[in-house]
Amino acid sequence: MLSIFHSLEISHYIYLSTVLFSIGLFGVLFRRNAIILLMCIELMLNAVNLLLAAFTEYMGDMQANGQMFVFFIMVVAAAEAAVGLAIIVMVYRNTRKTDVSFLDQLKD
Amino acid sequence: MNPIAIILLFPLLGFILNGVFGHKLPKLVSSSLGALMILLSFVTAISQWSQIAFDINGSISWEAYTFFNLDGLLFRASFALDRLSIWMTLIITGIGTLIHLYSMSYMDHDKNPAKFFSYLNFFVFNMLLLVLGSNFLMMFFGWEGVGLCSYLLIGFWYQNASFGAAARKAFVMNRIGDLGLLLGMFLIVKNFGSLEYNEVLPAIAEGSTSNVVITSIAILLFIGAMGKSAQIPLFTWLPDAMAGPTPVSALIHAATMVTAGIYLVVRCQAMYSLAPMAQELILWVGLATALLGALIGLRQNDIKKVLAYSTVSQLGFMFVALGVGAYTTALFHVTTHAFFKALLFLGAGSVIHGVQDRQDIATMGGLKKMMPITYITFLVGTLAISGFPLLSGFFSKDEILANVFHHNIIAYVVLVFAALLTATYMFRLLFLTFHGEFRGTDYKLSDVHESNWKMTLPLIILAILSVLGGALNLPHYLMHQEGFLASWLKPTFLIFEHAEHSDLATEIGLISVAVFVFLFGWFYSRNKYISKSESPESGSEGIAKVLANKFYIDEIYNKLIVRPIEFFGDVLFALFDTLLLYGITFSINPILRFTGRLNRKIQNGNIEYYLIYMVGAIALLLGLNLFFA
Repeated sequence: MLSIFHSLEISHYIYLSTVLFSIGLFGVLFRRNAIILLMCIELMLNAVNLLLAAFTEYMGDMQANGQMFVFFIMVVAAAEAAVGLAIIVMVYRNTRKTDVSFLDQLKD
Repeated sequence: MNPIAIILLFPLLGFILNGVFGHKLPKLVSSSLGALMILLSFVTAISQWSQIAFDINGSISWEAYTFFNLDGLLFRASFALDRLSIWMTLIITGIGTLIHLYSMSYMDHDKNPAKFFSYLNFFVFNMLLLVLGSNFLMMFFGWEGVGLCSYLLIGFWYQNASFGAAARKAFVMNRIGDLGLLLGMFLIVKNFGSLEYNEVLPAIAEGSTSNVVITSIAILLFIGAMGKSAQIPLFTWLPDAMAGPTPVSALIHAATMVTAGIYLVVRCQAMYSLAPMAQELILWVGLATALLGALIGLRQNDIKKVLAYSTVSQLGFMFVALGVGAYTTALFHVTTHAFFKALLFLGAGSVIHGVQDRQDIATMGGLKKMMPITYITFLVGTLAISGFPLLSGFFSKDEILANVFHHNIIAYVVLVFAALLTATYMFRLLFLTFHGEFRGTDYKLSDVHESNWKMTLPLIILAILSVLGGALNLPHYLMHQEGFLASWLKPTFLIFEHAEHSDLATEIGLISVAVFVFLFGWFYSRNKYISKSESPESGSEGIAKVLANKFYIDEIYNKLIVRPIEFFGDVLFALFDTLLLYGITFSINPILRFTGRLNRKIQNGNIEYYLIYMVGAIALLLGLNLFFA
């Protein structure tokens, strides 16, 4: 079981999660559709999750503390997604748009 | 509960109740509450009398609270009811009760008597704190509180700008004196490591402290007393303080507050007895004040101003007594003066009330028919203060004169002259107000009315006290033993008070001088204002003009002290405020505007930009971390 994971170098996991995180980050920064934004945030979170899981394995932590964090992050991410989607639905009802550049009311 | 706590609690309770709920209560309730609280305090004090009287060293003490402990130096709220402080307490609360009763009627027309009574109660509370405290700290608390309350009460009718100015003047003048008191306290702490009377004073009485230290402490404390007890040069606030309602003048500026300075010196008897230089200073300052106050009193036409300068003068008499080491005599004069000066002020208030808030005696005259009770009581007060034989003022003033006679003959002559002036200006006031022709122009004599019982009852009681007050300390030549007050106070004095007992011939001589002084004052004023019926000219030329203008002392102070300070303030304003502060702020202003304009662009409200800033900042921080790590 362990050997399957260990057959890859830790660096591969790091590369993968960096790529995933960057994709998510750029998505958040440069896309305007609010739903895609949420998905990209999810992507970033999962990149971190992957990294946590991988590190836990390679550190040989038998209590799997890092992997426990993964579950926490998943729960928080789910809650956040629920709230975010609810907000998007409300915004859509009021403005008929899900474009975030349209929402520039924060300066007031 | 400790009786001291009860004595203090009542006035404080009255202050709080009237201060917080007073405006919701009917006038009668709030004013009765104020008067009742002082009465209860008075009754409590009387009930403790026997406790102290039976035991020669008897005193009740109360350790209420320790503020903090500074390396063994305790700052405590501790109180003691000993022979000296119960004497003062009875004067304060007893006369306070009468004045409160009087105020119930006097302040009836006022919009806000509850506020007045709450201040009045707070004043009595602070005065009690001053005399009951058994260390310099508590005395200082009361001292400052009394100053505050006098400020509030003098400026009670603050809508009038000059009354407000009088209040500020009283406060500032008192502050100057307070500085002296405070410095004296610092010296006490430095040299004795304590502020408790029963630690500091015995240490001084032991006599091992250097004379320089004792003298400087004594003089500094006396500077404090100068401010509170209106001595030269800090006396000018007292006459101006007549701006307050008349009961305030009676309470603060005759019977209680101004006696705080005398109390302080009597309390520190051990210290002053060992500081002859300080005593000499007190003697001459008191003498000058007695003379100056009496001279100015000769030519004042405001009924309250005459009494105010008379108070200044009488306080001078008391300090003269302290200066020659006659502490009992000074306290005796405090007591009798409290009786007759409260009487005179309240009588003046009754007159002012009767003639519809006029104070200029030039427009009065012949009021005795319309105000018989006020007239008779005022007459009694005048006789007492002028030294009519066997009235209270006669005994106390004669005692002062006798003591001074044995000490310094020049001072004696000057003081006799001041006493002569006292009789003169008091009879001038009496004759111009109550005798002769009615001189009012804008109101009729028939409009003048006698005051109601709430005002006349205190007058009658005070008149009786003014007549009988001398019995509190009958002189040696009458009784062939010391007076009551002298034997009462003896245990509180740590250093034996040397009492002068002159032989019969000298005594008769001194009394004849005193009687002559009284008769001269009476005769001179009678001749001038009744027989020749001179009008109270304001003094248009020569010495009269100087007197009417109070020796131009206010003007001199203005020129010599106030103006230079104002000029100094103007210079500071020009240098620091205008040049430095404004310069800095106005030159920073454009920079702030510029950066603000730049930053405003960043905050455009668009969430995308915010995200970019955030990520950029994180990247920057991480990059820096990488770079420097």
